[in-house]
Amino acid sequence: MVIPALAFFAAFALIPLIGVLALSFMSWDGLGTPTWAGIDNWLRTLTSPETGNAAWLSFVVMVGSWLIQAPISLLLGVFTAGQQRYRAVLAVLYFLPLVFSAAAVAIAFKSLLDPNFGLGSALGIDALAQNWLGDPQLALGVVLFVIAWSFIPFHTLLYQAGVKQIPASLYEAAMIDGASVWTRFWSITIPQLRYTIVTSSTLMLVGSLTYFDLIYVLTAGGPGNATRILPLDMYLVGFRSFDMGRASVIAVILVVVGLTLSLVLNRMSGANRMESQMEGA
Amino acid sequence: MIRSRRRMTLGTALMATAALALSGCGTSGPGESAAGEASAWATTGSVHERIWKESFQTWNSENPDSEISVEWFNNDAYKEKIRTAIGAGTGPSLVFGWGGGTLADYVDQDKVVDLTGKVTNLVDRVLPSVVKNGMIGDKLYAVPNSQSQPVVLYYNTELFGSVGVDVPETWDELLSAVDAFVDAGVTPFALAGASKWPELMWIQYLTDRIGGPEVFDAVLAGEENAWSDPAIIEALEKIQELVDRGAFGDGYGSVVADTRADAALLHTGKAAMLLQGSWLYSSFLTDAPEFVERGGLATTRFPTIEGGAGDPANIVGNPANYWSVSADASEEVQDAVTSYLDEMVFSDDYTTQLIEGGGVPPVAGLEEELAKSDNADFLTFAYGLVKNAPHFQLSWDQALRPSQAQELLTNLDLVFLKTSTPEEFVDAMNGTL
Repeated sequence: MVIPALAFFAAFALIPLIGVLALSFMSWDGLGTPTWAGIDNWLRTLTSPETGNAAWLSFVVMVGSWLIQAPISLLLGVFTAGQQRYRAVLAVLYFLPLVFSAAAVAIAFKSLLDPNFGLGSALGIDALAQNWLGDPQLALGVVLFVIAWSFIPFHTLLYQAGVKQIPASLYEAAMIDGASVWTRFWSITIPQLRYTIVTSSTLMLVGSLTYFDLIYVLTAGGPGNATRILPLDMYLVGFRSFDMGRASVIAVILVVVGLTLSLVLNRMSGANRMESQMEGA
Repeated sequence: MIRSRRRMTLGTALMATAALALSGCGTSGPGESAAGEASAWATTGSVHERIWKESFQTWNSENPDSEISVEWFNNDAYKEKIRTAIGAGTGPSLVFGWGGGTLADYVDQDKVVDLTGKVTNLVDRVLPSVVKNGMIGDKLYAVPNSQSQPVVLYYNTELFGSVGVDVPETWDELLSAVDAFVDAGVTPFALAGASKWPELMWIQYLTDRIGGPEVFDAVLAGEENAWSDPAIIEALEKIQELVDRGAFGDGYGSVVADTRADAALLHTGKAAMLLQGSWLYSSFLTDAPEFVERGGLATTRFPTIEGGAGDPANIVGNPANYWSVSADASEEVQDAVTSYLDEMVFSDDYTTQLIEGGGVPPVAGLEEELAKSDNADFLTFAYGLVKNAPHFQLSWDQALRPSQAQELLTNLDLVFLKTSTPEEFVDAMNGTL
């Protein structure tokens, strides 16, 4: 029974991965035949200031995305799981970015943020007419914002589902004991959401290693190198400079970092021993 | 026990997949589509889209036995796809290109065929300087298929009138024009900095005016420390001086060339001048017909620099776009597409359509026809530039090999952003030689 799944996994994950690993020791410009290069690609990549900068930016994007997205999605998730008036309408609005493709989101934001013809100049608000994507000091912040705008809905959905799974009896008992809204949030909602937080954070942190399409369309790594994160660096080195060997090195690094990160997160959180905390289960 | 059985299952699965993958390669080997029928891959978004389409349609209706099918791609997507497709032998029979470093790569790997002596009719029609860009050594590997694309200085005549500035002919006049426009609250130059490649036009013209074409020839030849030439350093310093004076405004890093936002800045009166390729003229005709009609748009050549070694008549840009014939195509297909090139490209209809669309055909003896056309002023000006240029420098990002070109675009962007000094640029670029 396991053979079809394994076959697919091997064909679409393992074999390409082995190919990339092999290519990382070869020199290939996409046209001729790959030739053996030994560890030259690795040396060039690990000492390249450009890739070093890309690794640092990836780290900033990873941590920054988590710091922005985690609290907002948690709060929105708790809110949308509640019973407030107009909640359903707002929930639908929050949900909308999830159904847009990354390329469409990037093109839309690119137009809106244009200092000459965008939102700022159309509405005559100078504060909005900044050189958002053209200033190396601002661009990364803008990218983080657009990423958050696109991905918060998904994580909100996770938290909403998580909150709805918490038995109402826990809250009722707490209310009888006179617990305030804040106490209930900190002592019931957060601990009960522990595994949702782990799942959502893993997706955010590991997912941030693969952000590509959005940034590619939004800034293509510019201005200068200001938003050139590792996946983008890999793509530009591979398909613009046609240095497939070095691009493969970056790809291998991304795979190793991504796998390590998700394993470590799993271990640290004890998610591999996950069990229900619900009564009666 | 259980563990070892699981291992065996995994091993079997891997072997089964490998077998599947291998047999897959055997049946549908690469190159089959290229050998089966003639095909061409072309780029969209210019005046040529219609001309190429019609020329292929005419060919196909006259030659039903050797039809050429065309696939269309966006410019950047095409550049990324074509190389791997050719490398894998699944590319088209007619390969669209720009000449330069990429063409040299194709020739090195025997991916395109020698066209010397096979397209004599076409070669006779076209300007020799433009044919030359399709040659590697003394052999012809690519033939022009599009308008010639010199980089010209567009300007908004209305803004020059209202601010009271003369069109700059020297570098000093350019600097005082910049100051006058800045004082008047107008951006002197529109620049699509987000696309990076428009910044090349500045360093190319400045380097040529200051040091002549030999400076970049040394880079192309891979001479050690060729980027350290004083002309390049002076060009970079002049660029940063322009940035400091506010010549490009504050928001140039956000301006995108693909959406023609730089042209829009000019025809909406937000910027006074624009250094861009001649292909943009036809975009002005479609995007801002009223502006062009009331005489708002004019063009001139890049200013001279006192004491510079380069001939002020030299130009930079793309001599043309080119077709090459794939070496992976069958002989029959190669013959078919070669006769297409010889008969159809820059035929009278083709050339007339291009002139009507506002493009400059790199075809000899067009003076009279251009003078009668709707856009006579611009076309005669641009045609004269191309015809009389002692040196037509192919865009550096096309002339260099792709890996050097990418380094150049990034490092030059850093100079424009003032993140890098000219010296840092030179050090980084010397590392790529």
